[in-house]
Amino acid sequence: MKVREVRLSTTPTPEALADLRLGDIVYLDGVIYTAREGVYMRALQDQANIPIELPALSATNFHCSPAASIREDGSFHLGAVTATASFRFAKWLNEWMEKTGAKIIIGKGGMSRKHYQEIFVPHGAIYLSTVGYGTGALLGRGVKRVLDIHWQKELGLAQAMWVIEAERMGPFIVASDMAGNCLFERENAKMAESIARAYEGTKPAVLKRFGETDDRNDELIG
Amino acid sequence: MIGIELIQATAERLMDKAAVEIPDDYLGGLQAAAETEDGDLASFVLQAMLENYRVAKEDNRAMCGDTGTPRWYVKLSNDAQIEGGMIALEAALRRATAARTTGLPMRPNRVHPLWRTDHDNNVGIGAPEIEYGFEPETGDWVDLITVHKGGLFGTDYRMLFPSDGIEGIKRFYLDSLVAFGRRGLACQPAIIGIGLGGCKDTCMVLGKRAACLRTVGSRNSDPRIAELEDEFKELGNSIGMGAMGFVGKNMVIDCNIEVGYCHTGGMQMSVHAFCLSSRRAVARVFADGRVEYRTDPDWFTPYQRRETVEWQPGVAEAAE
Repeated sequence: MKVREVRLSTTPTPEALADLRLGDIVYLDGVIYTAREGVYMRALQDQANIPIELPALSATNFHCSPAASIREDGSFHLGAVTATASFRFAKWLNEWMEKTGAKIIIGKGGMSRKHYQEIFVPHGAIYLSTVGYGTGALLGRGVKRVLDIHWQKELGLAQAMWVIEAERMGPFIVASDMAGNCLFERENAKMAESIARAYEGTKPAVLKRFGETDDRNDELIG
Repeated sequence: MIGIELIQATAERLMDKAAVEIPDDYLGGLQAAAETEDGDLASFVLQAMLENYRVAKEDNRAMCGDTGTPRWYVKLSNDAQIEGGMIALEAALRRATAARTTGLPMRPNRVHPLWRTDHDNNVGIGAPEIEYGFEPETGDWVDLITVHKGGLFGTDYRMLFPSDGIEGIKRFYLDSLVAFGRRGLACQPAIIGIGLGGCKDTCMVLGKRAACLRTVGSRNSDPRIAELEDEFKELGNSIGMGAMGFVGKNMVIDCNIEVGYCHTGGMQMSVHAFCLSSRRAVARVFADGRVEYRTDPDWFTPYQRRETVEWQPGVAEAAE
């Protein structure tokens, strides 16, 4: 199989990030925190103080909530770990990177090339996609331990900020590089012809819907 | 009388099995897909998934960190009697859902749609859903089926009309695959369920059940619908897209179609994608204390697809 495997720190050097190519398979070592809509809204819209030192502790933001619970004695029980789709969080990322110095964003499905160019490249950041999706058990094995959970009371287990220590956690796929190229859009372009062939002979519905596109090359994420 | 403690204990075991063990029929389908896949990235993804299923079982860990939205399908024989009645049954299923969400653990996905209140146990207003079916059989048994379908991408509904025809159905099917398949949002290759007809709500229910309550390799008892299922599977795998929206040839592990009679002027259609972690588990609990686990819900019996006013088992079976 023609894929390259890379070990990467969650507080990476610019050189290590510059070396990554679209489609590389990455395994991570170091501290990772989760942040999705609940954390972004609380930290950016409500201006709550971010409870950990960033980027000193970690420069890696995982769009994720783990399958996990807290035992009665306060210890953590973490099972599987899977990303949630990132495109919904694009509107918060510029400010988040300004505040936290995040260099690696991990999630599902990536962002648009436009967001890579406008937000990621100026901050020297790249995007890693989880694999599958649904390699939750593999990623769960890569979590050495849960270090802490923040804002659980305010946001609930699924939206709280989890802080985990990763050891050869993966696989992840490099979905954007330091030049802002987009793996998913590269793949989309390759299948435009085969998709058009599959549509041959079909016809649009007799009753249209508002906002409907009939161009299969349109980007649907915003 | 079927004991309520046994029902709850079985339901708890089913919660874990659904989250941890990929059903054999889906696993077989994915292994076959992995053998034919030649896209480098898509192929890597399928191999990683096969490894993930092994690790999940070995560690007794959920396959996927997003453990979906647990729900229950309950089917009763005509003679079934539940200790404590149906209210006790519903309480047992809610308790089992909460207990194993914390116990395994699963992700407590369920929140209030407006206030985002999270009880951290997947139980709340209308959650878990509990749906019922009945079979005209003697014997005192209940089938408990749990499905933890992923919740966000891959499902759509459209009111089509008879003039849209099969070509219109194909168009909406492809639209759904391409729209949700790009970037792999649908977590394909998936079992695609299609609901045709009914009313809007029943169309959604039929399509979801086609995706979640039929197995890979099963075919509709109407031979012309079975042909469509084959054709749609092939069509879905011809768009050049594979796992994660990478170039590949495996988008659809199988396509299942279920129909219901609809308004004469309409042709309702829904599409549902049951993902790479097709979480479903089934057990039949008997009054004598036996519990038989299986992975095939066997939901769509001739009785569930009955067409006439009176149920005539002999006629339906002859038509099978």
